Amino acid sequence: MQDLVEQRYDIAFRMYPYVRSADQDAAAVRHPVIVIGGRPIGLATALDLGLRGVPVLVLDDHEGAGLGSRAICFAKRTLEICDRLGAAEAMLGKGVLWNTGKVFHDDRLLYEFNLQPESGHAFPAFINLQQPWFEKFLHDAILQAQANGAPIEIRGRNRVEAVTPSAEHVALEVMTPEGPYRLEADWLVACDGARSPTRNGLGLDFKGRVFEDNFLIADIRMKADFPTERWFWFEPHFKSGDSALLHKQPDDIWRIDFQLGWNIDRKTELEPANIRARVDAMLGPNVDYALEWTSIYTFQCRRMDSFRHGRVLFAGDSAHQVSPFGARGANSGIQDVDNLGWKLALVLGGMAPDSLLDTYDAERVCAADENILNSTRATDFITPKSPMSKMFRNAVLDLAHHLPFARTIVNSGRLSVPCIYDGSRLNGPDHPKMPRRSRPGSPCPDAPLGDGWLLEELGRGFTLLAIDAALPEAIKIKGLTVQRLSVSALANAALRDRYLGAATSAVYLVRPDQHVAARWERYDETEVLAALARICTA
Amino acid sequence: MLITEPNLHNPDEIYARLIAAHDGLSEAESHALNARLVLILMNHIGNHAILTEALGHARPTGGTGQN
Repeated sequence: MQDLVEQRYDIAFRMYPYVRSADQDAAAVRHPVIVIGGRPIGLATALDLGLRGVPVLVLDDHEGAGLGSRAICFAKRTLEICDRLGAAEAMLGKGVLWNTGKVFHDDRLLYEFNLQPESGHAFPAFINLQQPWFEKFLHDAILQAQANGAPIEIRGRNRVEAVTPSAEHVALEVMTPEGPYRLEADWLVACDGARSPTRNGLGLDFKGRVFEDNFLIADIRMKADFPTERWFWFEPHFKSGDSALLHKQPDDIWRIDFQLGWNIDRKTELEPANIRARVDAMLGPNVDYALEWTSIYTFQCRRMDSFRHGRVLFAGDSAHQVSPFGARGANSGIQDVDNLGWKLALVLGGMAPDSLLDTYDAERVCAADENILNSTRATDFITPKSPMSKMFRNAVLDLAHHLPFARTIVNSGRLSVPCIYDGSRLNGPDHPKMPRRSRPGSPCPDAPLGDGWLLEELGRGFTLLAIDAALPEAIKIKGLTVQRLSVSALANAALRDRYLGAATSAVYLVRPDQHVAARWERYDETEVLAALARICTA
Repeated sequence: MLITEPNLHNPDEIYARLIAAHDGLSEAESHALNARLVLILMNHIGNHAILTEALGHARPTGGTGQN
């Protein structure tokens, strides 16, 4: 029988086998939200919306997570978001926790760094976890949410063939192993990856820069007692590439990355014997290992002009793409989800006009530009593009051996931190006595709270966080419930440093994505309502 | 602000040291020395506005790369 939905890759976990839907025997059925793509960003979008009670349908042309590690570094902010989604505990249990790294030049250690020098956070700076596991844990959380009544549906081997937006809805043509059918969506979220068929089908721009370099990934299985740190070499003494990266993953898997240069023969380089020669040179003789997964990639830094096109929204790699240095791909995609979910829920619930979704575009375009800038600079440092650029790069590396200032210029990737939405039109009043790190637009810094953590006490909706300040009994505007959280910083130095600064009390209005909307020294109803109205009439 | 008025009390002496620092170096080694020197001085100055001004003065007028 002819395969109507071609499988482009092998499956690591079969999570949602194809099942015939009643929609296939009906005229185009309308859904409030359809998500295209079942990889991390699509699954997280579905989970976030479903937990908010928004019915969501995911269409994926495969039946689960693909083989191969792909994304491996998941940042603290991603874990905080996944914790809100109910998936972080499993990720933390399986993943390899790390906060520190080493940078080498040739055979010498240049310096070590710690990405989380401060204590008092529930999550580490990073965990390393193979992408299929990350997806599986998101899917497990979806199964749990479904069992609790969350309106999430995933259809495997449903490939979207055509997307036709109009002012009122989006029409979709979908292919299944049993033939085509039609659907309609009020809102469509395209999480269909860097080659996004949705974006291409709509003829939308995806402009940026291509980097002329090839990188070889080799995930190897070995028993080794290297520490769980990120190790990066510039011009490594073992000559396996112009740069090299070694990183630990769960299950005795190690990620190795070699920079190969531009003019290579991919087929030759991918031959196991040639890969093994490079790995052998790096690890030394007599190390027993197996090649698990290998791939050669080139990369680009680019984004769409706008992430919102009427009723079609783009999230993750479909909207923006970065080089892997800095782990800013999947991590920024999860932040897209975090930003989009609550806004879409408010719009669908009639609590905010659809122009609120323009702030998704504005805030996440800003974040994408920040990620692209960081990733481009790291890439230019790692793979200098002119003889003079290389000369300065090597001068920095030479100096970094003995002069501390030069170590701050060495750039092997500035690792993912969440974007602060400075200048967003959703931001309300700031207070000059309070610390800069928690200003409006910032993601709330975590802090210990009793036996638990501050972030886990924040609600799924808006929260008023009062620190040594009084709050009224209940705050309700036009059907919008604002959760109240009253805490004291009197015996909590982390809370004081991160939220009060020189102030003696504070009231924070926190958005559903845990970003600060506004802050005052005391509760003032008029002020709080104005800040909420600023968001809900955006 | 970038100082463009005379600021070296013995310009001949320090200029001679700069040239002498390159004695016996190949052209590539000399370029590398200059690069290290620029980075060291850049950190010492530590002021983006002053460095930006200096970069403006150093780059050939018009920036055609022809000089």
